[in-house]
Amino acid sequence: MAEEGRQENGRWPVIVRSALPRKLADFSIKVISSLSALLGIAILAWILFEVIKRGSAALNWSFFLHLPTPPNIEGGGLANAILGTSMITLLATLAGVPIGLLAGVYLAEFGQNTRLGSVVRFTSNVMMGIPSIIVGLFVYTLLVLPLHHFSGYAGAVSLAIIMLPIVARTTEDMLRLVPNSLRESALALGAPRWKATLGVVFRAAKTGLITGVLLAIARVSGETAPLLFTSLNSPFWPKSLSQPTANLTVTIFNYAMSPYSKWQEMAWGASLLIMVAVLALTVVARFVFKEAKK
Amino acid sequence: MTQKLNTVAKSIYEQQGREKNPRHSSNFQKKVDVFFHWLTALCAILMLVLMVAIFWQLVSHSWLAMQKFGFSFLTSQAWNPVTQEFGAASSIYGTLVSTGLALFLAIPSSLVIALFLVELAPPSVGKVVGYAIELLAAIPSIIYGMWGLFVFAPFMADHVQPVLGKYLGFLPLFQGPPMGIGMLTAGIILALMILPFITAVSRDIFQMVPPVVKESAYGLGSTTYEVTKKVTVNYGLQGLLGAAFLGLGRAIGETMAVTFVIGNDHAISASLFSAGNSIASTLANEFAEASEPLYLSSLMKLGLVLFVITILIQILAQLWLKRVGKRMGGGL
Repeated sequence: MAEEGRQENGRWPVIVRSALPRKLADFSIKVISSLSALLGIAILAWILFEVIKRGSAALNWSFFLHLPTPPNIEGGGLANAILGTSMITLLATLAGVPIGLLAGVYLAEFGQNTRLGSVVRFTSNVMMGIPSIIVGLFVYTLLVLPLHHFSGYAGAVSLAIIMLPIVARTTEDMLRLVPNSLRESALALGAPRWKATLGVVFRAAKTGLITGVLLAIARVSGETAPLLFTSLNSPFWPKSLSQPTANLTVTIFNYAMSPYSKWQEMAWGASLLIMVAVLALTVVARFVFKEAKK
Repeated sequence: MTQKLNTVAKSIYEQQGREKNPRHSSNFQKKVDVFFHWLTALCAILMLVLMVAIFWQLVSHSWLAMQKFGFSFLTSQAWNPVTQEFGAASSIYGTLVSTGLALFLAIPSSLVIALFLVELAPPSVGKVVGYAIELLAAIPSIIYGMWGLFVFAPFMADHVQPVLGKYLGFLPLFQGPPMGIGMLTAGIILALMILPFITAVSRDIFQMVPPVVKESAYGLGSTTYEVTKKVTVNYGLQGLLGAAFLGLGRAIGETMAVTFVIGNDHAISASLFSAGNSIASTLANEFAEASEPLYLSSLMKLGLVLFVITILIQILAQLWLKRVGKRMGGGL
């Protein structure tokens, strides 16, 4: 069989193929991938540039201090929406973070190898992938429909639900990084489990936990869909969170869809504000984590 | 032995007079510990409860529409709040088309960008570009929506769609007036949104390939492209599939960016230039206005459809990644 291809002198023929086509293919792929990366950066720059350019044109003192005005009336601002978004996000953080932290403690400290632990871990991974608008629908059926009115509380609850699995999973990951010897030392000194966890393990994982919480806040503070039918929007000051509450993201949506150029301009201002807040939170979170690694 | 130690410890405690303070008794601390254990377990169980509750609420609130339309809801194209006729076909179609388009655009480009980051770029450049792409992922979807509606859609209408129509207009995909907003623009914006995500996961997978495997291929005279195609991608194929799945899960429920640019028309059209809608965009647009019970219930049923689709995708992706993670010996 193998003798077929041999030459008369008993050797195998040496086939010399040009490497040029292979090198060309290699070169073109390299060019394409470098260009794609460049395109990615260019689009990021384009988005940032447009938001900053159009947004900064709308920002002035009145934007931060005054209530919105009807279309085509000069002046006015989104002070109520800024305040409302801060209140809703703060409340969501106060509700979502402690519960998420405790759930993360369960996953990392008590439920590592239990069936409940693995079920909850799987569920929270799945839950992170649920579209935020579905959470909005859920809270609508839970808090808006039975009470017959939209409210800031409902908005905060839906944001808290979105935060919950994020905080829980990052907490678990961060607590897992803490070496077991620390836990054992604390327990050996006679500390009860809760003290060992909250006083020793939490302290060791502090920066990681802060990073996780900051990223979760960054994630929800730009959310619009879950607020659309929970906190709705309002042109007034948020006097109480039990009423429809003004917020920046829904305002962006409403104003952008309106035909008035003044309102569209305000929407750009609000977009710039939200984008800066979210990016700043993200950058700070990463910086904190990096410092801790050192 | 422990008994003895306990008595010794107790005697020390008693000597110090600490036993008198009930907060320091070991019995009390044991109770606190049990309480702490249950408290954390309760918080963990809350997530299970929430998932079940979401499903239950969606089902019970869409009951009216289920009784009225049954399964024909999924195939009916009607959407008329005046005559109270509702069908999900156009929304489901729009969701699938925009998501498919996004994946079609995002998967190849994120693979080549990951290739650039891992194999080609000098480490410092790779780091900066990687960082920028991660920032791209952090930008809220409503910003993409604003940019899409006011910047990108006019750009598409003026520069991209006329060219596509001129050269590829013989395809039904690229026919019709260049309006800027529509299925194509929505797909591109979605692709931009999931691109950073898939890129980041692909990059991690590329980095997990043991250097010695790649070096062997280089030693045999392979070019970078050949090493990537035949070694790296093969090695990480399952992980890359998982990444694509997660990207799919993200794209399919994305609301705001799509709502801004898809045009919001209950119509099924072969052309990618024409306006359409997706499940999420229909909900975002119409939910707050829906007052009749049947209208509301139909929207709830749309939400249920979206919920079931995403849950299935997520479960598949998680199971798949778990398997791959075990095989590759590292979590993703």
